[in-house]
Order: sequence, then C-alpha cells, then structure tokens
Amino acid sequence: MSRPRLVVVGNGMAGIRTIEELLRLAPDLYEITVFGAEPHPNYNRILLSPVLAGEQSFEDIVLNPYRWYEDNGIRLCAGKAVTRIDRARRVVVAEDGTEAVYDRLLLATGSNPFILPIPGAHLPGVITYRDIADTQRMIDAARQYRRAAVIGGGLLGLEAANGLKARGMDVTVVHVMPWLMERQLDETAGRLLQRALQARGIRFLLQTRTTELVAGESGRVCALKFCDGGTLEADLVVMAVGIRPNTELAQAAGLHCDRGIVVDDTMQTFDPRIYAVGECVAHRGVTYGLVAPLFEQAKVAANHLAHFGIGRYAGSVTSTKLKVTGIDLFSAGNFMGGEGCEEIVLSDPNAGVYKKLVVKDDRLVGACLYGDTVDGSWYFKLLRTGRSVADIRDHLMFGEPNLGDAGHMGQNKALAMSDADEVCGCNGVTKGAIVRAIRAQKLCTLEEVRKCTKASSSCGSCTGLVEQLLIATAGADYSAPPKAKPMCGCTDSTHAEVRQAIRELELLSIPQVFERLNWRTPNGCATCRPAINYYLISTWPKRAQDDPQSRFINERAHANIQKDGTFSVVPRMWGGETNAAELRRIADVVEKYKIPTVKVTGGQRIDLLGVKKEDLPAVWRDLGMPSGHAYAKALRTVKTCVGSEWCRFGTQDSTHMGKALERALWRMYAPHKVKLAVSGCPRNCAEAGIKDVGVIGVDSGWEIYVAGNGGIKTEVAQFLVKVKTAEEVLEYAGAFLQLYREEGWYLERTVHFVQRVGLEYVKKRILDDAANRRALWERLQFSLADEPDPWHESERAGVDLRQFRPVAPASFEVPA
Amino acid sequence: MNAAVGAWIDLCAVDEVPPLGARIVQRAPGVADVAIFRAGDGRLFALEDRCPHRGGPLSQGIVAGTRVTCPLHGWTIELASGEAVAPDTGATRRFELRIEGGRVLIECAAFDLSSASAKPPPCPLSTARPKR
Repeated sequence: MSRPRLVVVGNGMAGIRTIEELLRLAPDLYEITVFGAEPHPNYNRILLSPVLAGEQSFEDIVLNPYRWYEDNGIRLCAGKAVTRIDRARRVVVAEDGTEAVYDRLLLATGSNPFILPIPGAHLPGVITYRDIADTQRMIDAARQYRRAAVIGGGLLGLEAANGLKARGMDVTVVHVMPWLMERQLDETAGRLLQRALQARGIRFLLQTRTTELVAGESGRVCALKFCDGGTLEADLVVMAVGIRPNTELAQAAGLHCDRGIVVDDTMQTFDPRIYAVGECVAHRGVTYGLVAPLFEQAKVAANHLAHFGIGRYAGSVTSTKLKVTGIDLFSAGNFMGGEGCEEIVLSDPNAGVYKKLVVKDDRLVGACLYGDTVDGSWYFKLLRTGRSVADIRDHLMFGEPNLGDAGHMGQNKALAMSDADEVCGCNGVTKGAIVRAIRAQKLCTLEEVRKCTKASSSCGSCTGLVEQLLIATAGADYSAPPKAKPMCGCTDSTHAEVRQAIRELELLSIPQVFERLNWRTPNGCATCRPAINYYLISTWPKRAQDDPQSRFINERAHANIQKDGTFSVVPRMWGGETNAAELRRIADVVEKYKIPTVKVTGGQRIDLLGVKKEDLPAVWRDLGMPSGHAYAKALRTVKTCVGSEWCRFGTQDSTHMGKALERALWRMYAPHKVKLAVSGCPRNCAEAGIKDVGVIGVDSGWEIYVAGNGGIKTEVAQFLVKVKTAEEVLEYAGAFLQLYREEGWYLERTVHFVQRVGLEYVKKRILDDAANRRALWERLQFSLADEPDPWHESERAGVDLRQFRPVAPASFEVPA
Repeated sequence: MNAAVGAWIDLCAVDEVPPLGARIVQRAPGVADVAIFRAGDGRLFALEDRCPHRGGPLSQGIVAGTRVTCPLHGWTIELASGEAVAPDTGATRRFELRIEGGRVLIECAAFDLSSASAKPPPCPLSTARPKR
C-alpha cells in the first residue's frame, strides 16, 4: 500500500522544523516532497546578519544539508517556486511545470519584505534584506561602492547597517520614528543603542521620511530625497521597513486569509487537508516574525500531521535580541508600560547599562534591557508564566538567584570570562568548549548543550552561565525554552500535567500513567520513572504500590552507593543525640564488618563508609538503630543545638523540639531531600537559616523559616510565621512540607518550589486558611502512619532481599 | 578453569532475575562481576558489571527498555551491545546467554579470568594497599 503524500511549500525554518518534528513522531508515515523558491537547502535565516558582517559563512548557517533530505527520503525541489495550488485535484504546480499531488499540504511560505510605494523603489541598487541572494548582493555592493543608505531603523535595518559598515561602507540609517527599534525599545534604550552604533561610525537621520529614490546617469540609484527637502547620496539602498506574510499563493487558491493565512489552534487552514506554519500565518489575528513561535507552531502542526491530535497552539509571547556583536539588548512584552503599569528602572548611562521592568498587578508584563542582558531569559520566563512577583520585587532588578555560588570562580557573567575559564567545575568544561560545541553542532537548547558537552549536567550550579553562553552564541530566539518543559524525552507531558493526571484520573501505577498519557517508550527512562513513582505514592498513600525498580539504587538498597560500588550506612540519631549503647554497637559493627571509614556528618550523625552490599542487612540488624534515610529523597535529619536544657543562653528546649519533629516526620518521602534544624535562641547554632524548614526558639515562642538551602546556591530561609507552642510548630512545619510533597516537582528542592509558586501562595495556603493547614497536616500524618522501617521490616517495606545475594552458578565454583 | 570451550554454565532460574532489574555473579576477588539484566521485553542480557566511564556497577542502575543507566554518573548503556549511548562513547564487555528449561546459562568465556577487567579500586586506597 502506498503511503499518503505530504507536500511542503517552503523550504525555510518553519517548514523544515515541522518535518523534523514529524519524522521524530512518525518517521515513515508520509512520502514527503518539499518545494523551496531559493536554490539552497534549509538554512538559518536568523544568522544572515553574522554572514553579512563577515563573522560566519553561508556554509556555517546551513541547517539541513542536501544529505539530510536524501537520508530521510525527502524529495527536494530547490529553486522551484510554487505558483499554483489546485485544491480540487490536490496538486501543486511550480513555475517550471513540476507538479506534486498531495494528501496533506503544508504551507510555509514565510513573508516578503515590504517595499515602500515611492518613485524609484525598483531601481537597480535598491534591495531588500531577506535571503541569501539579498545578502550576497549586499556583500558584492560593498566591494564596489562606498555609500550605503538603510531605510528602516528596526532590527533588520540595523543589522544590515552594521554588516555593511563592517564591510567598509559609509552607512546612514534613515528612520521615520523618533528613536531606533521603537517596537522593541523605549526611548532611553533606543538612544543608548544609537550612541553605540554612532561610535562605530554609522550615521542616523531620525524622524525622516523618504519620498523618492533618484537614479543616476547609469540608471542605478544615486540619492534619496526626503519630505523635508533634504537629500542623501547613496549607491546602495537597503529597504528594511518591515515584512508582510506571503499569502499570495494561498489567496489565489481561495484559502481564507486575513493579514496571514488564517489557521486554528491546530495550525489547520480552512481547507482541512492544508496546514500552515510560520511567518505566513495569522493565528488568532496575530502574525509572528520571530523564530521561537514558529518552532512552537511546527511542533503542533507535526503532532496533527502525525495523527496524534493532541497539540494545541495558543499563541506566543516573543522576545527580541539584536544580533550585532558587542551590543546587548533584549526586550519582551509590554516594555513601554502605560495605564495601570509600574516601572522599575535602573539607569547607568556612563556604563552603558539600562534596564526597565514593567509590572502590572504584581506580574511582570514587559522588560527592556540594554547593555546587560544576562537576566533576559529569566525575565522572559517570569513574563510567560505570569507568576506573581510581589515577593521578589525588591530584588527583581538584580536578576535570577539561580546561579550557584561555587565551582565557577565566582563568575556570574559568562561574557566576561575568557575561553580557557572553566564554566562547569564538575565536568571540567571551559567556556571555549561550550561555545565551540554550540557553533559546530548548532545546539539550540540547554538540554542539547548538556548532552553534548556535559556542562551543567551534574550539580547544575553553572546552568545560568551556560544559558548566557547559549543566548550570546546562538541568539535569544533559540534559547527560549518551550513554554512548559516536558518531563523527559519519553513524553510531551510536563511534571504539572503528570501530577494532575495522576490525581484527576486516579492513576495508581506507572503502566497506567504511560498508557493514559501516551508515553513514547515502553518502560520510560531513568528520569521519568522515579518521578512518576514518587507522584503515585505521594498522591495515593496506602493505595499506590511502590515500584522499587523505578527508584534510584540508593532508595532500592536503602544505603548510599559510593564510587567503588560499596555503600555507606547512616543510622538515625533522633535530634543528633546518641548514647553509650548505640556508640558501642556502632563500634562493634565497624570492627565486625571491617568498615574502612567512620565519619561524623554535617547532619549530626555517624556515617559508616565502605560497607559491602552483601553485608547491608546484617549491618542494619547489628546496629539495631532506625534507618537514617540518608540515601533518600526524604526527611534526612533534624539538626539541633543543645538548647535550654544545658545552654546558658538557650530560651527554648530545641533538642526536644527537634526530636519531636524528627519522630513525626521520619520516613517522609518528598520530591527531594528535606533537612530541618531547630535552634534554641537567635544565635542559631543549628544553622536553621539554610534548611528546608528552620525553627528558631525565642522567649515568647518559635519562629518558623522555610525554603533555605545550604547547597549549590546558598539561600537564606524566609520567615513564614511565629507560633507559641510545640504543637503549632509541628502543624505549621508539617503543613508546609505536605504542600511541597503534593505540589512540588520531582527533584525540586523547597527553595525552588517556593521560588516557583511564590511565598505569598504558601502563606495563603498555610497561614490564611486554617482549615486547609490542618487538612494538609492530617494528610501528612495519614501518609506516614505505620510506614515500615526498611532496615528492620524489609518485607513490609517491599525491599527485595535477593539484591544482597549474588547469583551462585550451579555448575561452577567461585575461586576463593 | 574447569569449563571447556563452547560450554555453558548454569547460573540460576530465569525468574530469579527481577523484571527491569539485575543480579550479579561474582567471579573472583578484585575482578569485575558479571551482571545479568532482565530488559523491559523480558529478554535477558549479560554484561561485565563495569561502566566504560568510571567503572560504576551497571547492575545497580535503572533498567528501561533494553538499556541501563549507570548509577554513578548517568551514562546509558545498551544491554544488547554493551555500548554507551551517544554522545558518550565506550563499551563494556558483553556475554552470550542461553535460556534452557527456565534456566539461565552463560558462555563459559565469562569465567575466563585472563580476559576479565579488574574491579574499580576500593575507595580508601591507604587501607587497601597490600602491606610490604
């Protein structure tokens, strides 16, 4: 049986991206033909500016070489513009008469540059800036002529001006508006940009309308005339005054168009056999000219072409970055402000730095950054997610607190680092290596950089730096991650969607989740399985069955694996207190099992390192102490100071409080590890300020702090509430942790959880709503009631004891 | 060794290897173990229990489909070939298995210690070093 035929009109970034997505979903579904008007394979149009500026070559910017089409069995008709669609016969016809029959048609015809309707607009020497041919014409003109004028002070015009200047021409930019890039920048940033470009020798004529282009003796353009009567001599005129969706073909075929080809949320046109993506499209009345939205559209169109039928495109918020080396600007959303908006501004003109953030109803709605765009991706994220910024408003201007403290020499600005500097201290990856990989392998996302270079793939401390490098090297268009990140490569579902499905559809097992959410892999992977397993048991305690094979080895063996394959064992010491009998047993175990290292941990316990896996059950039995869960995404320790029982400064019995918390919360699994501390006075000897929950005794009661962290990025815990009694401490701390357990994403520490949802939200759920607080606390107690200790109740805890016994071959004796 | 060339050695019953899990077979002190895996489709595979990256015990990893992810640094290894999944490169040795009457048999080459890899050295080298 022959396969259905898919014809793509448009060999640009949107069309081919759709094909790439489609091949990933359904590699052999269609027989594919691609028509492209340009005689080239698919290339990266965004990078034409670096080519014009002489920083990259045409070869560098090819995205899919001819070989790719061959390898995927795609028939490519390059250099053949399609002139007609016959919808009745389902045929497209190219200018040279080539025909292709389709069952599905994808239109990705892009846009055309807008040509000013003025006399002389079509003279030789007047060009637009859109494709490789235009770029080549400009490069040729720069060799032969000296004076260039660029009409249009927008993104494209300025990139053209910069490139022509770099190729040695005298360049003047003529712009109708009072400042440059008025659709992306406010006046202050526009002036800063103008100053920087003037310093490179580019001249500007603002608020100047061009009325005519004049021909010289040779017939080639020689001058511009303006409405104020002025003139400007030029041998090359670049018109960069905007783009128009290219709807000619679609309109002629009778498809409904309105500014662009009108599509619904599935990227389908009014003809159900015809889809459209990219700049040629009008979706909910909006057209897009940047690449990030096109990629989102491509994903949705591919999903429907593959008969999956679940993707919906809901529109995009876009951000802009100028691709002129050495000039950093970024803008997104409503950067102008206006009625009901507040502006937070930082302006340091001498340093060439200007930042404006626009806030409306406690939400970031726009950002305009000049000179320092390091935090652009973070602002963009806040803008798209619409998270309340009320609680972070006072440090909003200073950027995302996501960069770790250690491992990259205290650097927080990737651009200031030299190529030899180490960005990722875990994997020893230098800035130069990352930049080279992004360029050579055309990496677009953080995930790809992680895969190819390993940078930021271990502790993640340098993630912010790697993102900065990605933006600087590949352009902001690329870095924008999809609105909601899928859990892993096995699915398109996000953590939030999986949690929601488990709750609402009452899913109780991993196979059920895979089936209902259309997982692409039969058994998931090492990323998604542990997450789903946690979501199941935390959502349906006592009902969902734990799956040990979906747990990381530490949680499967109930001990911490070490680099030589041995394990470490940390018994629980309530509140960090121990006694002679326990210490004696520990000493005996160390000698009996020849344990090489005994170490006191930071959590006030004792770690026995180098235990053979076979010995673990006997070590647990001989210790006779509860599991410390030092190996689990669970409650670890409750660190305490000695408190008022002994300390002359102590105001509260912190050790007693700590023990009560630990006894109430042990065996509590969570999205990530959880550490508590209780101090008996504000001297805070238990370091409660960097714990997930920190409790500090004062004369009149207890202060509770949440979401601190002492790890990769030191984060001081934030004040949640002050309470009077120990019972209240349990209830409030327990409610906070249950909220985190129910709504946190797997591997998200409390600090990141609170950063994501906002402390205001936490307060609303726990402080303002007493009934909800009590309900949370009760649900936590229900989950923990009667949970077995895996070290001493292995059967009830579902520990597979076979793992501690090697297989003994029946017909073979292991030599001693 | 006591097995002839081409002979097979009986290891255990098939159901002693848990689904999406592994068991190990010890060969000799200081020599890397052999790991027997049960893949998602029920098939069994044997690899030297040593990640090509830094010697991590693959038997302790998470099995999904026909791959295992090393517990130490997350390299993913194809069970059928022993090769690391791109972009990582390297391979661990694989051994042939045979299933007969519900029993798992392994090729006797698996017990030829002359070609076996060493175990990663124990962590505190100071205490493990042999006394002179």
